[in-house]
Order: sequence, then C-alpha cells, then structure tokens
Amino acid sequence: MSILINKDTRLLVQGITGNEGLFHTTQMVAYGTNVVAGVTPGKGGEWVLDGKIPVFDSVKLAVEATGANCSVIFVPARFAPDAMFEAADAGIPLIVCITEGVPVQDMMRVRNYIDQKGVRLIGPNCPGLLTPGEAKVGIIPGNIAIPGNVGVVSRSGTLTYEVLYALKLVGMGASTCVGIGGDPINGTNFIDVLEMFEHDPQTEKVVLIGEIGGTDEDKAAEYIAAHMTKPVVSFIAGQTAPPGKRMGHAGAIIEGSAGSAADKIRALEAAGVKVAKHPEEIPSLLK
Amino acid sequence: MKLHEYQSKAIFAKYGIPIPKGRVAATADEAKQIAEELGGRVVIKAQVLVGGRGKAGGVKVAKDADEAAELAGQILTMTIKGLPVRKVLVDEAAAIAHEIYFSITNDRAAKKPVMIASAAGGVDIEEVAAKTPEKIVKIHIDPLLGLRDYQARDIAASIDLPRELWRDFSRIAAGLWQAYKDNDAELAEINPLVITKDNKLVALDGKMLIDDNALFRHPDLAEIRDVDEEAPAETEARRHGLSFIKLDGNIGCMVNGAGLAMTSMDIVKLFGGEPANFLDIGGGAGAEKVAAAMRIILADPNVKAVLFNIFGGITRCDEVARGILTAMEEVKPKVPMVVRLVGTNAEEGRKLLENANMITAETLADAARKAVAAAKG
Repeated sequence: MSILINKDTRLLVQGITGNEGLFHTTQMVAYGTNVVAGVTPGKGGEWVLDGKIPVFDSVKLAVEATGANCSVIFVPARFAPDAMFEAADAGIPLIVCITEGVPVQDMMRVRNYIDQKGVRLIGPNCPGLLTPGEAKVGIIPGNIAIPGNVGVVSRSGTLTYEVLYALKLVGMGASTCVGIGGDPINGTNFIDVLEMFEHDPQTEKVVLIGEIGGTDEDKAAEYIAAHMTKPVVSFIAGQTAPPGKRMGHAGAIIEGSAGSAADKIRALEAAGVKVAKHPEEIPSLLK
Repeated sequence: MKLHEYQSKAIFAKYGIPIPKGRVAATADEAKQIAEELGGRVVIKAQVLVGGRGKAGGVKVAKDADEAAELAGQILTMTIKGLPVRKVLVDEAAAIAHEIYFSITNDRAAKKPVMIASAAGGVDIEEVAAKTPEKIVKIHIDPLLGLRDYQARDIAASIDLPRELWRDFSRIAAGLWQAYKDNDAELAEINPLVITKDNKLVALDGKMLIDDNALFRHPDLAEIRDVDEEAPAETEARRHGLSFIKLDGNIGCMVNGAGLAMTSMDIVKLFGGEPANFLDIGGGAGAEKVAAAMRIILADPNVKAVLFNIFGGITRCDEVARGILTAMEEVKPKVPMVVRLVGTNAEEGRKLLENANMITAETLADAARKAVAAAKG
C-alpha cells in the first residue's frame, strides 16, 4: 500500500511536448510509471517517446480515450491555472501541478473551484509524488529513495531529496513522498497528507518537512496531537530567515509575528513531534 | 512588489475612489508650485516604501506655499529607516471628522480574499488587531463570485457608518475590489478612509502590494518598481532570474532550491557561522546563471568563504561545476570555497572541479562545518 499513487495509476501529462514535460515523461516512464496519454492543444494525433504515448488536444479527449485518472501539469505559469481548471472539469480526481510562479489570485480561484468539484490538487510549485518502486508523478529523482515504511510530506523540493537520500543511506525507505509545494495557496496541506498516512497500513512513521511562512505547520501540530498514533519527526527550514523577506518560495515569508521557524518548532514539539536540528539528523530520530 | 502612496492612490482614483487633490514633487520648488495651485493648507508626505513615515517626521502640514517649499525641502533630505526620500506627495489638507480603516487582502488560511474594516482607522491596524480585535470586521469574498453589494453594506453597518454614506461606501468598496483584482494585488489598503467635516468619504492614504508572480500581465506596474528598498545585489540577481537576499554574515551560500537554501543557511548558523546571503539558483540552472550567482556572492566584501550545496535533480551538477569554473576565471576569488555535489551528474561535476583548489564535502553537515572553519581562517 501507499497513498495517492501506485503502479496502477493511469497518468496523463499536460504540456507533454514541451522541454520539461518531455524530459520528465521520459524519466517517469523509465521509473515504471504508467503514462497513458499527453495533452498539448494543437498537437492532438501526434505521438511521443517513439510512438508509445498518444498526444491529445484536450484533457477531456485524453480521458475518454485512455481512462487517465491522474494528471501532472508541466505548463508555464501563465497557462497553468487553465490547465488545472481543465483537468478538474474533465473529471480527473488527482491533479499534480509542478509549475512554479502561478499568481496567487489565480490560485484562489482554482482552489475554490476544485474544492467544489471534490478534486484533489497537489501543488503548485511542487516536486510531485513518489511511491518508491512503483510510480513517480513529477520531478523527484527516482534513484534517491527506496521502498519502505516512512511517509514523507514536504513544502520543499530539493530539501525533500536531501531527506530521502539521508534515509536511503541508512537503509530506510519511503512508503510515499508527497511534495505539497512552496506557494501560499496550494491544493493540499499537511493535515490532508497526515490523515492519509495515518490510515495507510504501509506507513509506520512520518517525516514532516516545513518552512517559515503561514500557519500550516501549527495546524499540523494540533492535528498530530489530537489524531496521529504514528510517530512524526520534523524539520523546519528558515530559522535564520529575516522577517518580511520572501525566501525564494512565494509562501516562505515571516509576516508580522506569524510564520517564524521558532514558533512552528515550539508548536510541533508541544505536540510530541521530534524536531531535527538538520536534515541528516532525521534518520536517527526515526529509529 | 510595493507601490508608493501616490502610485496606489492614482490607481484608486481610476476605479472611482475619491482621493484628495495633489501631485508628487521631487524638489522644494515643485512642491511650492503644487501648493500654490491647490491653495490653502497642504500636507507634505514623504514617499518611501516603509511604514511609520509619520512617526519619523516624514508627514507635515503647511499653511501656505512658502511653508510647503520649506517643509518639502526638509523632508527631501531625510532618510527614513535606511531609505532616502526622493519624492514627496503634496495633497490638499482635509478637514477630518472621523478615520476608518479599509482594505482587501489575501487570506492565506481561508484561501480567499478578505475585506477588513475598522472604525478605529488612521493608526497601525496590527496594533488595533492586537489590543482591541473586536473593533475589526472581516468578510471573506468568494473569488469566483467577486464582491457582492450586500457584503459592502454589511461592512458599512458593522463599523457604524452613518446610513447616508452607505451608497458612497459601497462604490468605494466596489472600486477597491476591482483595483485589487485587476492589478493582482496582495493588499489594497486605505488607511485612513476619512469622513470629512462636510460629510464626504475620501481615501487620504493608499497602499498596494502587487504579486510578483503576476507582473507578467502588468508590464506597466513592473516598470514603475522602485528598487530603492532592495540591496543593489538583489536587483542584479533578479535580472538573472536568481532569488537572492543579502544578510550580514561572512559565509556566502549558493544552493539549488529555496528550502535547501534556507536549510544551508540554518546549518551554517548551527555550526557557529553566519550566512552572508540566501541564494537559490533555481531548478535546471545552466553554467551562465551559476557564474552570475558567483559574481554576486563574491562582490560582497564581507564574504570570507563560500559554500556550494547542490542536490542535482533537474539541475545537473556538471553544469553547475562549469559555471563555477567560468566565474573563477573571471573574478579570481581569494576566499576558500567548499563544494558539495550530490545527485544528477555529481561524478562528472566533481571531476571538473578536481583541479580548482576547492574543499570538497560529502554531507550537508560536513560542508557547513568546513565552510565555518574556512571563514575563520
């Protein structure tokens, strides 16, 4: 078992003929992911990857022809909101948006729309999902993680790779790794994923990687204290970040008194979470 | 991106929000001329992108044009919280009966825009929120529906606005919503919105923050960005598509990914050092971008050592190594450099850097420890 994706996931790639879309489709297929279709408006009827994957003009057509049940979005920021609306409208139940730089007001409209449709969105501005040994949806390098019983959820990209790699070096594997993204308004938050890990039989422990900005980690701490029976280990990035400055991620900003690393660490520790001083300390805290 | 008061109010006016008559001036003479045109008492307001201008003495009332010239001259030589005052706004002075706070901003937790109002306007709203939260009214706006008239009326009623002003207030609310929406604002704020002694509503002050990610569809706004509020190196970095923030320490950091960049800074601090900057080269950075990043780091005279932490994914370690070599030929750095490459093409990258006289590290902690030691000399 795993959460969100596995070897039976039927994946659709929006923006499959672009540079990034094509490169990562190749990587996802090489990893064993079942990529069934691609979408690029105006290129319907073409094939990619030596004729293995059909390209459609719209998500609706792709779903009708292939039964795709998950979509990953690799289109530029100015087109990404439309891509998310389109996937939700076509009935795709799980949408993963890798694109960075989507305007916040667009994301508010997208989020309110997909909530009405009952669709799950991961991201945007995220590395995607990896269920080691089964499937990857997004850009997480497959070779840095092995299958196991640790559920990983994170707001960051490369910092997540760092943690997966540190686990692998000591022989620990992941059930599923979920990158929820670094934007202030996204589709899925920590609590959503913690709940899935709590109910997933394969997942025995959880790593939560947070950062400055917003109050998602504080809410996760409340949830953990009230509902989690599985141990949670955490790391929070940005302890040296100055207030009022955006640290790369659109969502990583300390506003007024809210969102500092110290507050988040205090909240998590009060909920019984062990918080690592640096990412390489995480494996020892999981033991 | 922050807009100045005069820029924000010009946008508000376009959306039918009443603002005082006035113009912006860069010299005392210009201020005098504007004051003469307006006649009567005027307010001279420093245009800098920080709060607390009034407390710092950057807002003054002049009784006539001569005094306006004198006060503008003084304010134009001021530096407020490190920012030089280059322009002043000269507005006609209003006869204020009452001050209201009114804004629309993004509510991150609710994932919706929120309209905020308070009868206790004119002061720092954070302070009102902390001391007397019951004086603040909030109404969320459905981003798919937009602001509805009844919501504006609800706000007007809940801040005890006189009924004869509800219609004007609804128009101002509708204008503020459009200004917020059309310009991809993160905040559109009127503080204070005043009721004048002749019972009219006027936006005396204005503030807008624009979503940087949306500037691609607002080239007119991108053009009026005031770069005074950022360090010159930050402006330079943005030109190269790098995310850079200058800090006060002496260990330069170059990392791929924002979370990992913050983490690298944190670890430097954990092992007793101080980071000189935050720098994320982004995903898939090529040699040219890396070279630009390195020039920016090494231009800081405080930097005593540089830490490179690259976890290759989309980013290829050999590309990064090539960028480092290019930049080294140009700038001939004299400070020690610690490099850690993991992931995509790390082997090739390490080989390229073999003869570059750099300190290598295996883990993140190892790299930070070595950089801290190197900076101490």
